Amino acid sequence: MNKKWISAPYLVWMVIFIVVPLFLVGFYGITVRTDTGFVFSLEPLQRCFEPTYLKVLGRSVLLAAISTVICLILGYPIAMILTSKDFSDKNIYLMLFVIPMWMNFLLRTYAWLTLLEKNGLINVLLQKIGLNPIHILYTNQAVVLGMVYNFLPFMVLPIYSVLKKLDSSLIEAAQDLGANGFQTFIKVIFPLSIPGVVSGITMVFMPAVTTFVISRLLGGGHYYLIGNLIEEQFLSVGNWHFGSALSIFLMIIILISIFITSHYETDKEGSVGLW
Amino acid sequence: MKKSVILSILSVFLITIFLGGCGSKDQTTLNVYNWGDYIDSSVIKQFEKETGIKVNYDTFATNEEMYVKINKGNASYDIAIPSDYMIEKMIKEGLVEKIDFNNIPNYQYIEDRFKNLEFDPTNEYSVPYMWGTLGILYNKKMVDEPVDSWDILWNPKYEKQILMLDSQRDSLAVALKKLNYSMNSTNDAELEAAKNALIEQRPLVLAYVGDEVKDKMIGEEAALAVVWGGDAVTMHRENPDLEYVIPKEGTNLFVDSIVIPSTAKHKAEAEKFIDFLCRTDIAFKNTDYIGYSTPHMEARKQLDPELANSPIAYPEPEDLENAEIFIDLGTYIEQYNRVWTEIKSH
Repeated sequence: MNKKWISAPYLVWMVIFIVVPLFLVGFYGITVRTDTGFVFSLEPLQRCFEPTYLKVLGRSVLLAAISTVICLILGYPIAMILTSKDFSDKNIYLMLFVIPMWMNFLLRTYAWLTLLEKNGLINVLLQKIGLNPIHILYTNQAVVLGMVYNFLPFMVLPIYSVLKKLDSSLIEAAQDLGANGFQTFIKVIFPLSIPGVVSGITMVFMPAVTTFVISRLLGGGHYYLIGNLIEEQFLSVGNWHFGSALSIFLMIIILISIFITSHYETDKEGSVGLW
Repeated sequence: MKKSVILSILSVFLITIFLGGCGSKDQTTLNVYNWGDYIDSSVIKQFEKETGIKVNYDTFATNEEMYVKINKGNASYDIAIPSDYMIEKMIKEGLVEKIDFNNIPNYQYIEDRFKNLEFDPTNEYSVPYMWGTLGILYNKKMVDEPVDSWDILWNPKYEKQILMLDSQRDSLAVALKKLNYSMNSTNDAELEAAKNALIEQRPLVLAYVGDEVKDKMIGEEAALAVVWGGDAVTMHRENPDLEYVIPKEGTNLFVDSIVIPSTAKHKAEAEKFIDFLCRTDIAFKNTDYIGYSTPHMEARKQLDPELANSPIAYPEPEDLENAEIFIDLGTYIEQYNRVWTEIKSH
């Protein structure tokens, strides 16, 4: 009885900020407005399957997937370095890693805008040392760069926390039994870190697939991602039904991807087969 | 956009601090909704000081954004400053209230050619605030040929050196005008042609931008950009190599006017604010700061003669012969929405 009472504020919070909005999104997504009021209709959802919008969705998923893979390739070694025993200053490095996250997300993205400009800092430096300037601002590369930069900590931190708790006697046992460093990693460390990898992938993929700020600023408004499409439906077109339908569609995609990744999480035997 | 985002964050902060500090709740607060970077902020402080009415100032980046927030949101604004076609739409839908012009004596200073325009034919709902044109801004150092037509924005020579507006009606207006159609076209074939023109142009475009066009052009990141005349004045001031042209095919003439949304709770104070904005010294301050063209004859006289006679800000009537004012397209706007999404997702 007591415990229930403690959870009440949380329950109220959930209902107001999660259940009701979700219900509204669901409601708008399956209705259209006519002169007499709201009428049930699958038209908004059907519209999501038009080639124009499928292309936008495909592009969003592709860019988010590329960013997630890059984050994993970069983030895993970072997490390992941070946990290694003979790395004495790791708290300082961990701090250095987390401090940029205290700054506003928008400011950090704007910073890249000025860094990557034609006459920006990076190109000025490159030209000073005699190299060719790079022109990646307003391309897909810049969008991926922005995603990786902004979301990398979400990959590193879960992997780091799993690796930190890893029982070192297991690694010692592997070494005693004659496994070399690579075998120890493949057979022991990596399989045990899968839960961290899975939550890292989810935590990077989800914000990456829904972002609209990064693609607008660093992509120069060239390529609509699904986040831009939804934002446009709500803020400028004013078609909340189609916007909600797109959100439902996106939620389903995310649910499917979570389902797939969590399947690997529980399947310990097959975890190496993930790669 | 950058400025408006930072400004709105700042204004929320300031308001929270201010309210928390004084704790008085009986003071009237006037809610004002305007374009980003479209007022001299000292004007707001002066209004608060003179009248004791607090101003809560919010900004928007597009007419459409403003419309959605006023129409669907619960925000109740006492003052909004949309453009012509949006005012027409809001009048049709009953979203704006009639203004009592007896309370706006300073309305007499507004030039007659900006009164009774098509979007508010009897001029009962709106008071002109600023006007201007859409045109091409180019950097003399990077463009050596004469610029006089929208066609230059399709010239492959300037690949990745062109900045377009991330705004549906403005970008489509450029394409429609280039093809010598009306920018208020409701003809499917014409709109389709404009869409194809913009898709064809995409590889040449460096980016589709909002307010950041100013930083980009001043910093010489691009050679050509589609900009509003008022912004061109500001940019020319910062970088004299930037020149502004109104293309010969014609352009958009816009009039941003002050309206009182029908959800307004402080109509009397709103009218006081409108009259304040039309006071000569205030209109002068705003025009001087924003750089757009003022419809206020006395304020224009006070401007630096260089600006008051500048062909950028105050084009000669013959330059405006082919200019059109946007009109509300009614439900046909859905076609514009669809076409724009198709261009951006291509």
